[in-house]
Amino acid sequence: MAEPDAPRVALLVTCLVDMIRPAIGFASVRLLEAAGCTVHVPRQTCCGQPNWNSGDRAGAQALARTMIAAMQGYDYVVVPSGSCAATVIKDYPAILAGEPEEAAARDLAGRTHEIVSFLTDVRGVEGVEAQLSARATYHDSCSGLRSLGIKEQPRRLLASVAGLELAEMEDAEVCCGFGGTFCVKYPEISNKMVSNKAGNIAGTGADLLLAGDLGCLLNMAGKLSREGRGVSARHVVEVLAGETETPPIGEA
Amino acid sequence: MSALHPTTTRFRQNSREALANRNIQAAMSHAQSGFVAKRAAARAALPEFDAIRDAARDLKNEVLRNLGTYLEAYEARVTAAGGHVHWAETAEDARRIVLEICQQAGAKRVNKGKSMISEECGINDHLAAHGITAQETDLGEYIIQLRGEMPSHIIAPAVHVTVPEVEAEFRREHSHLDAGRSLAELPDLLAEARGVLRERYFQAEVGITGANMLVAETGQSVIVTNEGNGDLSQSLGRVHIVMASLEKIVPTLEDAATVLRVLARSATGQEATVYTTFSSGPRRAGDPDGPEEYHVVLLDNGRTNMLGTEFEEMLRCIRCGACMNHCPVYQAVGGHAYGWVYPGPMGAVLTPSLIGLEEGRNLPNASTFCGRCESVCPMRIPLPGMMRAYRAREFDRGLTPGAARWGLGAWRAVASRPRLYGAVSRLANFGLKLLAWGGARLRWMPLGAGWTDHRDFAAPPLGGTFQSQWKGPR
Ligand code: SF4
Repeated sequence: MAEPDAPRVALLVTCLVDMIRPAIGFASVRLLEAAGCTVHVPRQTCCGQPNWNSGDRAGAQALARTMIAAMQGYDYVVVPSGSCAATVIKDYPAILAGEPEEAAARDLAGRTHEIVSFLTDVRGVEGVEAQLSARATYHDSCSGLRSLGIKEQPRRLLASVAGLELAEMEDAEVCCGFGGTFCVKYPEISNKMVSNKAGNIAGTGADLLLAGDLGCLLNMAGKLSREGRGVSARHVVEVLAGETETPPIGEA
Repeated sequence: MSALHPTTTRFRQNSREALANRNIQAAMSHAQSGFVAKRAAARAALPEFDAIRDAARDLKNEVLRNLGTYLEAYEARVTAAGGHVHWAETAEDARRIVLEICQQAGAKRVNKGKSMISEECGINDHLAAHGITAQETDLGEYIIQLRGEMPSHIIAPAVHVTVPEVEAEFRREHSHLDAGRSLAELPDLLAEARGVLRERYFQAEVGITGANMLVAETGQSVIVTNEGNGDLSQSLGRVHIVMASLEKIVPTLEDAATVLRVLARSATGQEATVYTTFSSGPRRAGDPDGPEEYHVVLLDNGRTNMLGTEFEEMLRCIRCGACMNHCPVYQAVGGHAYGWVYPGPMGAVLTPSLIGLEEGRNLPNASTFCGRCESVCPMRIPLPGMMRAYRAREFDRGLTPGAARWGLGAWRAVASRPRLYGAVSRLANFGLKLLAWGGARLRWMPLGAGWTDHRDFAAPPLGGTFQSQWKGPR
């Protein structure tokens, strides 16, 4: 499918997708290939965000170096997570500032993209060939929205999915309360936030929750399921790629 | 909690209590949507809003680069106008200075406009301990004074209090008024507080106000209010004391106007507050009114130590409150949970800066880094970045709790070795599947009660990790 001069794209899978929901990785590959890219999955680990956000700069540096080495030589690095993408794009240059790898960090930051915005903004994708009859609502995950400006791109592509109806929830831009280690360090506050979110999701009458970050999705899906709200949850790329044979998050 | 007795180290406990407090929860959910929608509308109505934010940021950066010069210029203008500038290095100095001025004025009563610096210094308690009654005149401050509380918000001090609670407080306190009166609506409460306070304006010898800005070029102090209480407090007493922290300086009147254009819009969504008052010193010959004495107490209290550090930009803050109005953590737990004078995202940076990391280190940790505060801050202060910088200081100084430290070290050891990471992630993938007994979700996880007490955890489907399944090019 890919032309000989197709861009070589490395998929930065992210730890959560790797461990918990490989379907997001396969959906990403399918979308990237459909957009004319050859997709590689170099052996990789974690971007280092947990260490960086916990104040462990040396740990974050070690993991950033590992990631930079893994992602050498690809035209683009694409990430199915606004949060991990923002770590590479916005934080790596700061994490490695003044270190010998600073230039390499900037180079990687310049090649790295969150997947949906990569498809629309870099590859000029206007629509997808997918079909799903559902009433969906989309949560804007914080890093993607505020660090990377991802807002209208997923909605534009979702509008091309046949049968899919999109209902906006109230406070779609408000944090779901995941926040990485925050949700276990401050469980009661996190619970209050995700309860608000579950209420707003259910308020749309949607039967499907979509978002671009698996961390947030695990949090919201877990709450929706605990409260018996009857709303399923998927990563947005699963729907865009038409990869819906895998049951929704947390369902059999 | 008080300014002198922070409960910042009890943040977790405080927040649990706040989450279980129905009144706080009712009051907070009521207030939030209003602030957010009003700011959004004000911003939308002013196309150059973001450009003004840039200008406001730049002018404040200029002040911070040359703070000494501007402060000296300001002091010279105040002195030339017949006023006095008092330098208070610490809150204790400020308490002493204010008490001395009040005692020299023979004051028994002091009226106060809203001032966070006076809260930071614990002025009311200090004056009370010396037989001087301080009367708060801002409605919100009046309410919390009756309740014996600190503000829970920097511009809406009683935002955590419901209207029925205020009504009960007023009926108790204002027992001389008709018991059959209606106090069901906010305007009723405002009118009653005004009526009660009106008499007291004339009884005080001294008026204390804060300052939203100090103008170096003219020596003026500026306050913005919606109730006009600050004006009455400062102009009816014989002595006016302005309490301000030293970073409140702006170079020129023009600059003050720039800040004013973003201040009210960010705070309440107003184009301008109802009153914007410039004070230029004591009454001059021929002035129809004004105080006989004009004092400015300039508080440092640790702020100059922030200059030249990664926390310097915090000193641009104009105390609009937008960061807390948009903060989901603040909205969940309210301001008192933060345990000191300044709550929300700005408090999470300012508190450890002013009272020390040991006391304040909980606050910069209590954030998801959602970034909404930074996105609305009119002064473009990188609040999450500074919270992260405090976490780094905490980590470097060994204050991070042992289990978290161990976890980060273990993660680093695993994730900097791709093959080991591959093995560990395959094991975790398999382990989660086992824990779920082959099902699709877990209702309990070892060490994961913080998660599973409140929500399910999705177990991975069969088949292993993504990387172990990948057969394509590497
Ligand atoms: S940090 Fe920014 S948003 Fe928060 S009070 Fe200060 S100026 Fe306002």
